[in-house]
Amino acid sequence: MTDTITYRDALHDAHREALEADDRVLVMGEDVADYGGTYAVTKGLHEEFGRARVRNTPLSESGFVGAGIGAALGGLRPIVEVMTVNFSLLALDQIVNTAATYLHMSGGQFNVPVVIRMATGAGRQLAAQHSHSLEAWYAHVPGLRVVAPATVTDARWMLASALDDPDPVIMFEHAALYASKGELSDGGGPVDLDRAAIRRPGSDITICAWGGTLSKALEAAEELGSDGIEAEVIDLRTLRPLDDATIVQSVMRTNRAVVVDEGWRSVGLSAEISARITEQCFYHLDAPVGRVCSAEVPIPYPSHLEQAALPQVPAVVAAAKAAMNR
Amino acid sequence: MTAALPAIETTVRLLGDMIRIRVMEERCAELYQQTKIRGFLHLAIGEEAVSTGVVSRLQPDDAVVATYREHGHALVKGIDAARIMAEMYGKVEGCSGGRGGSMHLFDADHRFYGGNAIVGGHLPLAVGLGLADDMLDGHRATACFFGEGAMAEGEFHEAMNLAALWDTPTLFVCENNLYAMGTSLESSESETNLAVKAAAYNLPAWSVDGMDVVAVAEATDRALTSIRGGGGPVFLEAKTYRFRAHSMFDPDLYRSKDEIERWKERDPIVTFTDRLIEAGHIDAEGIEQLWAGARAEMDDAVAFAEAGTWEPVERLTTNVYRRTPSSGHPAPETERGQV
Amino acid sequence: MSDPIEFVMPSLGADMDEGTITEWMVGPGDAVERGDIVAIVETDKADIDIEVWHSGRVAEILVPPGRLVPVGTPLAMLDVTDGEAIPPAPVAAAAPAEATAPATTSPPPAPPPPAPPPPAPPPSAPDMVAITSPPTRHGPTSYGAGDSPATGDDGAPASRIAASPLARRLAGERGIDLSTLSGSGPDGAITAQDLAAVSARPRPVQPEPDRPKRDPAERMRRAIADLMARSKREIPHYYLAADIDLEAASIWLEAANAERPVKDRILPAAVLLKAVALAAAEHPNFNGFWLDGRFQPGDGVHLGVAVSLRGGGLVAPALHDADQLSIPDLMVGLRDVVARARSGRLRGSEMSDPTLTVSNLGDRGVEVVNGVIYPPQVSLVGLGRISTRPAVVDGEIVARRLVTATLAADHRATDGQLGARFLNTIAKLVQEPEKL
Repeated sequence: MTDTITYRDALHDAHREALEADDRVLVMGEDVADYGGTYAVTKGLHEEFGRARVRNTPLSESGFVGAGIGAALGGLRPIVEVMTVNFSLLALDQIVNTAATYLHMSGGQFNVPVVIRMATGAGRQLAAQHSHSLEAWYAHVPGLRVVAPATVTDARWMLASALDDPDPVIMFEHAALYASKGELSDGGGPVDLDRAAIRRPGSDITICAWGGTLSKALEAAEELGSDGIEAEVIDLRTLRPLDDATIVQSVMRTNRAVVVDEGWRSVGLSAEISARITEQCFYHLDAPVGRVCSAEVPIPYPSHLEQAALPQVPAVVAAAKAAMNR
Repeated sequence: MTAALPAIETTVRLLGDMIRIRVMEERCAELYQQTKIRGFLHLAIGEEAVSTGVVSRLQPDDAVVATYREHGHALVKGIDAARIMAEMYGKVEGCSGGRGGSMHLFDADHRFYGGNAIVGGHLPLAVGLGLADDMLDGHRATACFFGEGAMAEGEFHEAMNLAALWDTPTLFVCENNLYAMGTSLESSESETNLAVKAAAYNLPAWSVDGMDVVAVAEATDRALTSIRGGGGPVFLEAKTYRFRAHSMFDPDLYRSKDEIERWKERDPIVTFTDRLIEAGHIDAEGIEQLWAGARAEMDDAVAFAEAGTWEPVERLTTNVYRRTPSSGHPAPETERGQV
Repeated sequence: MSDPIEFVMPSLGADMDEGTITEWMVGPGDAVERGDIVAIVETDKADIDIEVWHSGRVAEILVPPGRLVPVGTPLAMLDVTDGEAIPPAPVAAAAPAEATAPATTSPPPAPPPPAPPPPAPPPSAPDMVAITSPPTRHGPTSYGAGDSPATGDDGAPASRIAASPLARRLAGERGIDLSTLSGSGPDGAITAQDLAAVSARPRPVQPEPDRPKRDPAERMRRAIADLMARSKREIPHYYLAADIDLEAASIWLEAANAERPVKDRILPAAVLLKAVALAAAEHPNFNGFWLDGRFQPGDGVHLGVAVSLRGGGLVAPALHDADQLSIPDLMVGLRDVVARARSGRLRGSEMSDPTLTVSNLGDRGVEVVNGVIYPPQVSLVGLGRISTRPAVVDGEIVARRLVTATLAADHRATDGQLGARFLNTIAKLVQEPEKL
């Protein structure tokens, strides 16, 4: 049996379940209580669980992310919500210099079981300080786990797995996904944070996507299918550590790959994934690894320019066909 | 005004701890010049009354979050000198398994959370520890040390605001030694009265003579009483001075030798020694025993560090994740630590 | 009093590896107290006061002011009165950095490193860094003749054939000389698809020095696997089937074979092959290749006949210009090519030339053959068993000899409508064997 819900509601249910299941869990962030969360993920939870556990913070990213890290060290299981990845840069020190390093520089004594959630991505005309996809900044750092639920099922179940994880987990939610609807598998359970998922099997070409680009990759795959090209679509789900095995096994079969990344092309995840494919599948490649990324420009405000800056389905189709020599 | 002396066992203990720190740090300086200790080495010689005065008043399950000038705090909190010294060497037997070095002393058993080397970065963490204690336990406190240089960082202000807003059981201790590396207080703070500055966050804040260990200990007691009574965070400024340069490779160009000599006249160990002898708490022989005991302790610590082992390079990527990822580039499972 | 100890040039920071004494504050015979400033050292950064760590007496000054010496150089000898000194670090201090530092090639930028860990592995130890991944198991083996690192007379690399890594590997595995191919990829690069048009042919000269010899059967299997997998990946197959009445052909064959010795008898397959060849000539859309995203008609009808090999596997050598051959000649050609296929004596052109393929599994008792097209061909005709079945002729149920013929065709090149006509043509041609 399946149920159709929104990504937002899936996250909401996940938060409520987490708060119910474990007294050590608290949600903290800007406007998570009365306002209901910037994307209404935590709406109403403060009434049910109290303001101590659904805790509004001042506009103080470094302060409250750091406090979340400290609270995790002190025995709580905090879920810290940061409005967008752009704002999280104010807390970069806490995440990179503290959360990611404590286990190591304490010689294994202090792990940091914190979950830091943030919206990412463009598409809503929010211009150049609310729209960027900076997942790669965090995926660069040893000590962090970086995940990106792209489906309502992952939105529903990934949080629990992230909370179970003893290490800091950064969770990216593409802002365009909150209102999206999908089928929620009945009786879902823990998500393996180390594994990518094949969302569409295919034999001709591998398309790697995640978060906000997954739906575009799937749409492109459908279009390619009508042209006789069977694309396999991989939802990476976890951006650090990358599930090399799933990617490599797929490319070994298809001999071609395209990476769809809403981040910029330069020095980003698409470059990393492409490099790993080349390192591990070189003698199985029949075409260069293709990349479809955002244009190298801060995201502009006008809709037509914003859309032009982002990876779109026709570009994915074109990249796949180029790799197919068609 | 000089605070009245507490009981003999307390005063002698305070003096003994200051002497232990002094002996340990002088030994560290020597070992550094012999290249036994490397990286950055920041000594707090001259500032012993602050670490000793505060940390000695904490309970065993209170937490300490300190800066990279934290050797004394770690020692007084109860971490074995031998494990501190082994950490300075980078040996496996060190209190951070050798991975941290001088700037990153850690110990879970003593709730010692570093050894943090991003100025100001650890203040929000201390607030979070307080938040957890508040929600889970209700009686533990966290002492957070930082230099006056940190008060120009945004994270100081964010942490003070959050702590006061949430009434966390946090004791903020500003170790004001007048110089942020080589930048004087006057040239880095618009308001040089640091307690006044902190009080803007609506919490109790006052200054204390950081060269007087009894004054520091008394102020700490007062602060902890307020904190444990649910009064929320307290800010304490301890005015002190480091006698040596910022780090080992610092020619000390930014302050005069006269100034250093004037402060040395207020050496917290010398003045407290004189005061205890005068008050009859200890005699010359007792003083000599304290020094000899400290030297013997540090001799043993150095021998322990010398005999320690280097971590095999095969273990390079351990302790990056507590749960080893089953995909991607694996790191071997960690072997130490608590959950 | 213990033996004199060395007072050495101290290391005052990670970026200091040498210093100059600018002034001695003490001289031989002077008493010193622990902590006394005994000298001033000039470093890259500034002049720094140097203190002494032991109490005692200066026995000898070893380095006069003004001389630049490395960290660890003894500067003076001290007779100490306050006990043991800590032995210097092994690397240290006392020796120039190069002497005992772990093997690094770059000059030490800083003071000597601390004592190296005892089990110091060589710097290139593979497990030093977890993030290196082996390129692949294939290593640096040369793939394909065109891939050899040839150099021109002047030593510069000879012009390199553009080919995808996969194409190079497959060419190497199949013994195909890349220089004999023209690529259909970007800028003429050879892709795996280009190789599909070619099958194994003897490898020219170049021996394969280190490559493990692969079992020929395994090679064959691998080649078939690649080709067939590619076919199913790339070619959108459609399938049609039709029963063909062989009554007329059977009667004609009985007559034709009556005068022939057994070994020269014409098999029904030859009639069918001829019909397929003629039909292909009439319907050229089924006779040729899908290349460069379009159909390219074959130059003549070269019928590939699938021949299973005794050691396993199969080949499909060409009967050249099958539409031009008489049935007896075609039968001779068929016998010849089957015999040579099974003894491994096929010619290269026979392997690479077929323009469409016929797979006949009738003699294995199969009713229907839904075949897999050989890329880049666009069709394959399958023939099943000739059997006597009930059929309706002129409103009556009668026993007839029938064969089920199938067409597997590339939907990119043709549609079902055309395919049906192609099959019908075959069926019709078979009804008048004397005209074939």
